[in-house]
Amino acid sequence: MKLKDVCKILEAESVWKIDSSRSGSREVTSCQASDLISDILSFRGPDSLLLTGLTNVQVIRAAELLDFVAICFVRGKQPQPEAVKLAEDKGIPLLATPLLMYEACGRLYAAGLPAGTRKEGVPIA
Amino acid sequence: MPELEITKIQELVYELRVGDVMKKEVITVTPSTPVSELRGILRDNRISGTPVIEDGCLVGIISIEDFIRWLAEGSPNCAIADWMTRNVITLFQDEPLIQAINKLERFGFGRLPVFARDTKKMIGILTKGDSIVGLLKKLDVDYRQAEMHSVRSKHIFEDIVADRSSLIFEYDVAGGSNVERAGASASGLKTSLMRLGINPQTARRAAIATYEAEMNLMFFANGGLITAIIESNSIWIEMTDDGPGIENVDQAMRPGFSTAPDWVRELGFGAGMGLHNIKTCADRMRLDSTVGVGTRLEIEILVGGKREVIRDHATVTA
Repeated sequence: MKLKDVCKILEAESVWKIDSSRSGSREVTSCQASDLISDILSFRGPDSLLLTGLTNVQVIRAAELLDFVAICFVRGKQPQPEAVKLAEDKGIPLLATPLLMYEACGRLYAAGLPAGTRKEGVPIA
Repeated sequence: MPELEITKIQELVYELRVGDVMKKEVITVTPSTPVSELRGILRDNRISGTPVIEDGCLVGIISIEDFIRWLAEGSPNCAIADWMTRNVITLFQDEPLIQAINKLERFGFGRLPVFARDTKKMIGILTKGDSIVGLLKKLDVDYRQAEMHSVRSKHIFEDIVADRSSLIFEYDVAGGSNVERAGASASGLKTSLMRLGINPQTARRAAIATYEAEMNLMFFANGGLITAIIESNSIWIEMTDDGPGIENVDQAMRPGFSTAPDWVRELGFGAGMGLHNIKTCADRMRLDSTVGVGTRLEIEILVGGKREVIRDHATVTA
């Protein structure tokens, strides 16, 4: 699904001004959800969306290293200013949804967005 | 630089065709639509004007300026046909963008309907905004390609004449609670590996392993040094510190085991997956630690050669 469809499903807003027509048309093919950095780093999945309640710089770093398509902050959290700045530098779209983690995951899964894998030893796709 | 960019845009307006940048979804109205409904149509579709179609034929264009004229004159409600522009200037999809920009300029219109030359059917609409967005997109794509080509280091291993060659990158990791810069080494290493033309998957594995090691150095060892040695067929990454050392290496390797203090956990760390993640990313891993002396972690990631799809964990020697 497209990133703009994700926004609609999650009732999410964009955190920083990005060219929405361009980033909105980016394809999201899997999703990961976690509040632990190392768990996030152990995920494997191409064109993934990251759902998280963490709002610090480190979650942006993790997304940068794993090439996540975008990050969506759950339960109405807004990222810290330094995090927004790093995301802008790295061109990572940030979204914020008022939904709780469980519901955000449930809605995306029901809409057909699959989970990424976490198979040991499998190279990162 | 500005001169260069202008030349590039001039080049692009000849290169891009109307069909490349036009909007394909066109909202239309009929001549009999009441003018009073126009406001809602324009607002709902976030447009400032729309073609008027009757029996499949374009008969005019109505825009927000026509609507304002109608309002200003306080005229009674009537059909759009009475207020629309009838002499419509059109474009063909295969015309260069420069033609379209000239026509928009010359006739002072905000939008021009686009027709297919062969079928003579309306297939889109072009506004000044579409032209600008189209140009910017094209510029951006070109810029990215130019950036990739400009990175000469991509061919460094082919260019250097030696029996063996390696590049060494060093990253200093500060200790303590200054998490602002944390991850900068991993990020820097990833960028550098990509610039060397190393496969993104391999670069990502090196970056994840480095990130986890960087966090360990910062949280548990009061800082340390990361050295990456890049050779044509493998990446060696060594992390050394003179921190407290690891008491029980087997325990530390176990997924979920963590000794992270609360403040570290509050930042989202302390999942107890760090060393495990490093092991998963590496083709070989060696961990030496002496309590009270320090820790040395060395990993190797193979470059180029196909990594077996499923393989056991890297061999860990402690």
